[in-house]
Amino acid sequence: MRNENVLGRFVNKYAIFFILIVMILALSLLSPYFLTGQNLINVLITESGRGILALGVAFAIMSKGIDLSVGSVVSLVSVIVASMVQESSYTARIFPNMPYVPALVAILVGLVAGTLVGVINGSLIAYTGIPPFIATLGTQIIARGIALIITNAYPVPMLRQDFKQIGQGNIGPIPNVVIVFAAIALIAYILLNHTKFGKNVYAIGGNVNAARTSGIKVEKNVVAIYAFSAFCASLAGVLITARAASGIATLGNGYETDAIAAATIGGTSHAGGIGTVPGILAGILILGILNNGLLLLGISPYLQQVIKGVIIIVAVVFDMRKNAKRR
Amino acid sequence: MEQPILEMKNIVRTFPGVKALSNVDFTLKKGSVHALMGENGAGKSTLMKCLVGINPPDSGQIILKGKPVVIPNPLIALKSGIAMIYQELNPVLERSVMENIWLGREPMRGKRGVFVDHKAMYENTKTLLADLKLDLDPKQKVKELSVAKMQMIEIAKAISFNADIVIMDEPTSALTNNEVDHLFLMIERLRKRNVSVIYITHKMDEIFRVADEVTVLRDGANVITKPVSEMNINSLITAMVGRELTDMFPKVDCPIGDVRMEVKHLEVPGLVHDVSFDLRRGEILGVSGLVGAGRTEMMEAIFGLRQKSSGEIYIEGQKKNIHTPVDAIKCHIGFLTEDRRQTGIIPVLTVKNNTIIASLGNYTKAKFFLDRRKINKTCSEYKDMLNIRTPSLEAIIQNLSGGNQQKVLVARWLLTNSDILILDEPTRGIDVGAKAEIHSIITKLASEGKSIIMVSSEMPEVIGMSDRVLVVCQGRITAVLDRKDLDQETIMRYATSINNHTA
Repeated sequence: MRNENVLGRFVNKYAIFFILIVMILALSLLSPYFLTGQNLINVLITESGRGILALGVAFAIMSKGIDLSVGSVVSLVSVIVASMVQESSYTARIFPNMPYVPALVAILVGLVAGTLVGVINGSLIAYTGIPPFIATLGTQIIARGIALIITNAYPVPMLRQDFKQIGQGNIGPIPNVVIVFAAIALIAYILLNHTKFGKNVYAIGGNVNAARTSGIKVEKNVVAIYAFSAFCASLAGVLITARAASGIATLGNGYETDAIAAATIGGTSHAGGIGTVPGILAGILILGILNNGLLLLGISPYLQQVIKGVIIIVAVVFDMRKNAKRR
Repeated sequence: MEQPILEMKNIVRTFPGVKALSNVDFTLKKGSVHALMGENGAGKSTLMKCLVGINPPDSGQIILKGKPVVIPNPLIALKSGIAMIYQELNPVLERSVMENIWLGREPMRGKRGVFVDHKAMYENTKTLLADLKLDLDPKQKVKELSVAKMQMIEIAKAISFNADIVIMDEPTSALTNNEVDHLFLMIERLRKRNVSVIYITHKMDEIFRVADEVTVLRDGANVITKPVSEMNINSLITAMVGRELTDMFPKVDCPIGDVRMEVKHLEVPGLVHDVSFDLRRGEILGVSGLVGAGRTEMMEAIFGLRQKSSGEIYIEGQKKNIHTPVDAIKCHIGFLTEDRRQTGIIPVLTVKNNTIIASLGNYTKAKFFLDRRKINKTCSEYKDMLNIRTPSLEAIIQNLSGGNQQKVLVARWLLTNSDILILDEPTRGIDVGAKAEIHSIITKLASEGKSIIMVSSEMPEVIGMSDRVLVVCQGRITAVLDRKDLDQETIMRYATSINNHTA
């Protein structure tokens, strides 16, 4: 009985990593191309944008909330930044009179604007008491609208090389986007495990009444949580835009569901208080490898959707059982 | 003699670690109002939950109308004619009166109808309400009604099931005087319809107004069953509290110092009225009173968890503005809340994180990064000091026993450098051994010069541990008793405020 318990707990705790390893092994056998350096780098590049998003959203989920606005933040930041770094020779610029803006300044403006959406989300949730689902659903639609207004729904092409370089360049063999992804993962890890803020996130998600009684400034922390989520989304927006070499007002549509899915598969509990960065990374990789593997195996992209959905549900059922067992 | 409508014989019910009911007998006569009395935790509600099948008894017999029955759940109870009106009503607020009464058994159109027959439902409700002389619109939304009216709807619902036994669990706790009069009128009507009423309460005066018979329970066992006419207030109190104090209370007399905190004219509208008291160094100040007397609300107001409308708090002679728990913690006040699960532990987090969560600010490097080594060291020190039994500091707190969870919470508040510790029901729901341990921790803290406010519903605990006791009744302090004057009858007298009635 006791042995079974220890084994059971071990399997429970690391199940997500076993699944990841099994998937990698299976795909290596099924497709000779899967386990090549180039393919794995491709997976990482493809998933880094969504991955950064997922890390941010996970903070909201861990605090027993949700952030549906991150996809729209990607879009909004995409058009804001892109409109500032179009080639001056291009005649159909969004802002024809825009003077030369250094790429770094443009990125900074984009990050501030995107993060502001998160501050608004957090303030709405903390100070008006509306549910996170509703607050971020509202700002999702608003941010998407603003992105469309700015561009009149046209793409924002012809971006300067110095800006595109950020998304397309490498440091050594490793693409910039992957490095930024890794950096954000490290920051998220440090925040969660080595700062007061991280402990507060877990406490607020685990039992908000106890957190308040313990003198945690719940409102300020909630604002910070959603600001962090939106900051991550903004950063992802910059990177994806630079890679795509074009600002697009619908760029981030649907990204929020992928991010929430990755965080959820990675064991982030929607009941709050539970989640780890390694788990979230595994969740991202599982989704990424699944996408990549199904593609390599020539499975219809439509069927891929069905498989993804099934995996999300199975992951959450598993997660709930795991937490129920501990009672 | 007429056969009783209900007999419960030798009822035993245990919960993990506690024998809640030991061989309890209870007999109910047809058409009588039978009061069930006892201190908090005496087993009144547990006995009734055995009867309606929420917590079926471990052993014993229930004989209903002369036949032995087994009642596994509340629905069977209802079908057998037993309805319970709970202290916490749970109506569907957004729906109408009639929809609430017929919830789950709506009249249908046709024999095996699919569609609800709203007309029949309306007519049935109208007849039912008229029968009980209740002036209510069946179509009104329940959320627009007062608590008293909701209670009436529950009673009407019970009658609609043709219940001949109606149990009321402290029905007057949220009612005004007028509403209580109306409720008693209602009980009178039920009695005339030959319905038997089991009336749970700990308010003395109500018994003499409404009940025919009274049964007193203490520590899960029968004390007495008698016609009310043969009892008086004093004999009731003696029956409720008369018990020996054990050596559960390692009280050490230690010198009591100067005044540390003064509370003046504290007011929370509707809950706490003009409360003033002081608290000294090294003192254990007990706060006694019945459940619902406003003790917890008083403490929440002091700690900044509840908005006070007026009142001042002085600490070391200085006036302090405490509006939030953050302010209170800055004033070195700690608050071990009454409901460990709701406002105490963070169930999914580790013992370590639960210990440190209120004092993280003292464990940072460069004001940002946590000093994990220091945290680990401190947490294991407190684990040893308070004898917290856990496999490791990384264990999830919800897997610990209640007593050990409570010790973790005590550690949490000691780590914030609290000089004033408010302990609200510090030993509720924990086993006897852990209880004695918590008591000795409290004593030790006081002897180190901390000031303790200990709210407790358990008389022996209050009497065994306190240097002074504030007795609270209906939001007011009705007495401040010195240790030498403490006895259960005096406290109960002030807690039920019968002095006000007889004076």
